[in-house]
Amino acid sequence: MPTLSVDRVSLTYRSKRGPVAALADVSLAVASGEIVVALGASGCGKSTLLGLMAGFLKPSGGAVTVDGVPVSGPGTDRAVVFQDDALMPWLSAEDNVAFGLQMRGVAQAERRAAARDMLAQVGLAGCASHAIHEMSGGMRQRVGLARALAVKPDFLLMDEPLGALDELTRERMQMLVLNLWQTSGKGIFLITHSIEEALFLSTRLVLLSPRPGRIVQRYDTGFARRFIAGEPVRTIKADPDFLAMRDDLSSAILANAAEDAIDVG
Amino acid sequence: MSADRASGHGAATALSLGAVFAIWWGATASGLITPLFLPGPGDVALRLIDLAQHGFVGATLLQHTGASLARVGLAMLFAVITAVPVGMAMGLYPRINAAIDPLIEFYRPVPPLAYLPLMVIWFGIGELTKILLIYLAIFAPLAIATASGVRRVDPNRIRAAQSLGASRDQIAWLVIFPSALPDILTGLRIALGVGWSTLVAAELVAATRGLGFMVQSASQMLVTDVVVAGIFVIALIALLIELVLRWVERRFAGWASAG
Ligand SMILES: Nc1ncnc2c1ncn2[C@@H]1O[C@H](COP(=O)(O)OP(=O)(O)OP(=O)(O)O)[C@@H](O)[C@H]1O
Ligand SMILES: [Mg+2]
Repeated sequence: MPTLSVDRVSLTYRSKRGPVAALADVSLAVASGEIVVALGASGCGKSTLLGLMAGFLKPSGGAVTVDGVPVSGPGTDRAVVFQDDALMPWLSAEDNVAFGLQMRGVAQAERRAAARDMLAQVGLAGCASHAIHEMSGGMRQRVGLARALAVKPDFLLMDEPLGALDELTRERMQMLVLNLWQTSGKGIFLITHSIEEALFLSTRLVLLSPRPGRIVQRYDTGFARRFIAGEPVRTIKADPDFLAMRDDLSSAILANAAEDAIDVG
Repeated sequence: MSADRASGHGAATALSLGAVFAIWWGATASGLITPLFLPGPGDVALRLIDLAQHGFVGATLLQHTGASLARVGLAMLFAVITAVPVGMAMGLYPRINAAIDPLIEFYRPVPPLAYLPLMVIWFGIGELTKILLIYLAIFAPLAIATASGVRRVDPNRIRAAQSLGASRDQIAWLVIFPSALPDILTGLRIALGVGWSTLVAAELVAATRGLGFMVQSASQMLVTDVVVAGIFVIALIALLIELVLRWVERRFAGWASAG
C-alpha cells in the first residue's frame, strides 16, 4: 500500500517578470485506495502541485516522497492524465495505450493484446485500430486513461481530465473513473474546477487558495464510496449532505477570492 | 470545400490554361510570330517526341532528365540525413541553436547562383559542385523547419511519455520526431522546390548533361522548339515533385491536418 506524500512543499517559478510564488507550504498524502481531489480557482497552483507529484518539477522547498523515498523525476509508478489528452495522434488507439509497454520493450503482439484489454475496460472495445483524430473528446480521454493504467502504476495523477467534456459525457466519465478506481485500487490525485465533480469523485478534498497556493480547507468526503456501494449518481448528487457541502465549498472559494481581491486592491 | 465550388475552380483553371494555349496556337499558326521566336504547339510536341527518341547534344531526353533528377535526389538524401538531426538538436538545445542558427541565417538569404562561382573555383565544374549547391539550398530550410517543428511539440505530450517510462532517445525519436514530421515534410516540399529551380539554373552554367544544360545549348544554337520543350519538362517535373511530396505529407502526417 504505497503512499505518495507532499511534505511542506513550496515552489517559486523564475519568470522574466521576476519570481512567481505558485505554492507555499503544501502538505498532502495520497494512499492506495484513496481519491484526493484538489479544488481551486484558475492559477492557484493545482497543475504545479500535480507537476511536483509527477516529478516534472522540483520543489523549491520541502519534499515529495513515495514511501519515504524522494521522487527524483517522472516514473511509471505515477501515471498522468492531462486535460488536452496529450496522446500521440499518429498512433492508433491501441498503440497509444501500448506506448508505455513499448518503452519497456514488451513485444508488439503481447503489448497490443494488453492494450485491447485496457481499452475494453474503459469502454472502447472494438476501437483498437481507430485513429485518434477520428475520436471524440470523451473517447480520447478514455484512451488517455487506458494508456495511464496500462503501465500498472501505483498512482494516477489527473489534471482536469474531464474539463473539456460536455455535461452528459462528463458524468459518464466520472462514473468510469470511480469504477476504474474501485477495480484497480489505485491511489488517485485529481484536479478539477467543478465543485460538484470534486465532491462526487473524492474520498478527501483539499481547497487551494490563490497565489501562492496554500491548502485552506480539508474535507473528508464519502460520496465516491457511496457510489461504489451502489447508490445511483443522481441520488448522491441530490442528497442534502451533498448540496450542503457544495454550498459550503462555494462560500469558502468566494471568501478566498475576496481576500485575494483585497490583497491585490 | 463544396463540390460546386471545386468544379467552379476547375473550370477557371481550364479556362485560363485554354486561353493561353489558344493565343499561343493562334499567334504561331497565323504566322504572326516566327518559329525562331516561338514555335507552335505542334512543333514543340513533335520536338518532344524527337528528343525522347534521338536526344539533343549527346543525350536523350530521358538521360538529361535522369541526370538532373539524380543530382537533386542525391542532394536531398544527404540533406535529409544531415538537416533533420541538426534541426532536431537545434530545436531541443538552445545552446546548439545559438551556435548553428547564425551560420544558417548567414548563407540562407544569399541566392545559390551567387556563390556558385566560388564553389566552381573550390570544387571544379564536376558533379560535386552541383550536388553541393542543391544540398546547401535544401539544408537551410529543412533544418529550420525541423527546429521550429520540434519547438512546437506539446510539452504535455513529452511529459506523458516521460511518465510512461520513455528514455531521452525514445522521447526524441518516438515522440518529438513524429510530432515535428508535418513541419519537416512541409519544409522538405518547399526546399525541394527551391532546390529544383536552383539545379536547373546551375546546369546552365556548368554541365555536360541535364535539362538546364539542354535548354542552354539549344538556346545558343537557336533551336527554339527544344528550349520550349525543355521548359515544359522542367515545369512538369517540378509539379510532379510537388504532388509526390503532398502525397507523402498526407500519407505520413495526415493526422496533423485532420480534425
Ligand atoms: N512556467 C511558469 N513560469 C512562470 N509562472 C508560471 C509557470 N507555470 C505556472 N506559472 C504561474 O504559477 C501559477 C500557478 O499555475 P498553475 O498552472 O499551477 O495553476 P492552476 O491552478 O493549474 O490553474 P488552472 O486552473 O488555470 O489550470 C499561475 O499564476 C501561473 O501563472
Ligand atoms: Mg492547471
